[in-house]
Amino acid sequence: MVIKFPYQGSDFTACGDLVKQHTPEFLRQLFYQMLRIRRIEEAVENKYHQDQMKTPIHLVIGQEAASVGACSALKKSDVLYCGHRTHGAYLAKGGDLKGMLSEFFCRLNGCAGSRGGSMHLMDKSVGMAGSSAIVAGAVPIATGAALSIQMKGEEHVSCVFLGDAATEEGAVWESLNFAALKKLPIVYFCENNFFSVCTPLEERQPDGVEIYKKAAAFGLHSVQVDGSNVLAVRQAVAAAVARARSGEGPSFVEAQVYRWRGHGGAGDDSDSGYRDPAEVAHWQKHCPVDGYADLLLGEKRLSVQQREVMEQQINDEINAAFQHAESSPNPTEEDLYTHAYCN
Amino acid sequence: MPWSDAFIASQQTADRQPVAGRELSYTEALNEALTLALALDPNVFVLGQGIDDPSSMFGVTKGLAEQFGAPRVFDTPLSEEGLTGICTGAAMHGLRPVYCHNRPDFLLLAFNQIVNHAAKTHYMDNGQTHVPLVIWSAIGRGWGSGAQHSQAIQGLLMSVPGLKIVMPSTPYDAKGLMLAAIADNNPVLIFEHRWLMKQYGAVPEGIYEVPIGKGVYRERGSDLSIIGTSHALALAQQALGSLKTQGISADVVDLRTLKPLDHQIILESVKKTGRALIVDTGWAIGGVCAEVACVIAENCPQSLKAPIKRVGLPDLPTPAGDTLEQYYYPSQQTMSAAILELLEA
Repeated sequence: MVIKFPYQGSDFTACGDLVKQHTPEFLRQLFYQMLRIRRIEEAVENKYHQDQMKTPIHLVIGQEAASVGACSALKKSDVLYCGHRTHGAYLAKGGDLKGMLSEFFCRLNGCAGSRGGSMHLMDKSVGMAGSSAIVAGAVPIATGAALSIQMKGEEHVSCVFLGDAATEEGAVWESLNFAALKKLPIVYFCENNFFSVCTPLEERQPDGVEIYKKAAAFGLHSVQVDGSNVLAVRQAVAAAVARARSGEGPSFVEAQVYRWRGHGGAGDDSDSGYRDPAEVAHWQKHCPVDGYADLLLGEKRLSVQQREVMEQQINDEINAAFQHAESSPNPTEEDLYTHAYCN
Repeated sequence: MPWSDAFIASQQTADRQPVAGRELSYTEALNEALTLALALDPNVFVLGQGIDDPSSMFGVTKGLAEQFGAPRVFDTPLSEEGLTGICTGAAMHGLRPVYCHNRPDFLLLAFNQIVNHAAKTHYMDNGQTHVPLVIWSAIGRGWGSGAQHSQAIQGLLMSVPGLKIVMPSTPYDAKGLMLAAIADNNPVLIFEHRWLMKQYGAVPEGIYEVPIGKGVYRERGSDLSIIGTSHALALAQQALGSLKTQGISADVVDLRTLKPLDHQIILESVKKTGRALIVDTGWAIGGVCAEVACVIAENCPQSLKAPIKRVGLPDLPTPAGDTLEQYYYPSQQTMSAAILELLEA
């Protein structure tokens, strides 16, 4: 049994004070958002083999606390960009589920009109501004959004989700340098899940050089956080957002997370040999959704009955959304030629 | 390279013709376009490496930082990919960046953001976002510029959906196309040529736009059509001038925009003359010359009285030394010979 990347957090053992900072409704809402993402991802995964969602999915199962914790610190008017693993960011930012599933089913009413697929989910009505399927591609774009916010004197904040492998791309450091230089209102939220497809961090970055410290060396306020703890993530990102909004410049938050599934597609591919299935099992013992539920149950912020109601509500929403997507119209040949240029 | 500027000046002023109306230099015309755009629209900003230094992009950005202030006219770190993405993001969020480069060679560092992002965003998100971005650069040539400081890369970008590419050749067009590019809601690449930048010409005051996507006749004639842009077309037109005593006349078609390409003017002219010489400052194969030739071959092969001829650069990197350079770049004599061969065919 080889666990190269052990969970380094402390679960929810020291979260009593954090719990007290929030209303029960808010605490439950965080749980609801994570549970909803988990169930949506499971439903997508279960139907993926039917080959009706002809789009390369990148499931976020195991990383829900990062998506929800970070987005809970953003306002609807703040803009969010992300990489190819879009589902969590999109849903946590408030993106429309029907638009997402219609996009998966390649329907005309998908959130990108079937032009983008699962790697390009967006919903501008809630500030989910876009994504790039080129690793690190959205990082400079989000930085440009922050420049626009600053030049127009707006109150918004820009945020971008990037992975550990994105920090191997030069454009990330070019962006961080510029953001620090101009004190831009942006939060770089790095979900370090230790793998780039099947290549572990140790084969890509030197041992002992932590990502968040590199960002600090570029002049950013930078912290590392347990990405499986939604309250810890929320706290770190809220502090970064507050800095950005008050003109103190950019921040970097490294959230250590673990994806329970393969890089792309349905199911776990650990048995292919690039990681020990025991490592996945190890992280599953620190489940961001169940662990948080236990905390709320223990702190009497959530009841078993409330949880059951949530499950039912989510299940109904998912069924309706799938029905909507599967019964939506396909694009026609004419649709191919629209928006070649903007007028 | 002060002596290089002097050389360009001597080339351009030698045959300076008197013009009607107010006369400006090419760089003054561009400077005026940027000044007008910055004054008109608070969302316009101008950036680039050395934008406010003493040479200020060959004078194109001279005085802009003083007039409009650092937040709107600023020098940048050396981060071409990052800054192109930042400009793309700023454009997606309501600003109108004009990102200037001394040479197009440096755009090669930014192809990810130009090709994968700026060009594709509007189509990829089903028209929800627009990217009003201008990327300006000036093709270099001579004095040891060599393989990495002289490239004319318009041909590489011509097949990328979503981009617009313009190549002005007169001060009038330089100003009008810059203003049109800034007003456009798509990413527009402007490729200037340094050897055109010391010429003078009539330039109206105030804001006007030269339409993107429309070519123009510089001359009308009957024996052949000379089609191209920028310095290559200027050279071919000089060659044509030297052949006028032989009774040769030609349509000289300045495409001005390479993408979207003005098929109508190309076909109209070639159908009339039956002979086509296509010229470009870039490599002859796989680029502008090849595409224009294909448009003709696909649409009016029956009009051709002779095989299409193209004059561009050989399939080689640019040599740095001036002796090799003489053999590398087409000259006025190369153009004259091409015209005569086409007429004899």
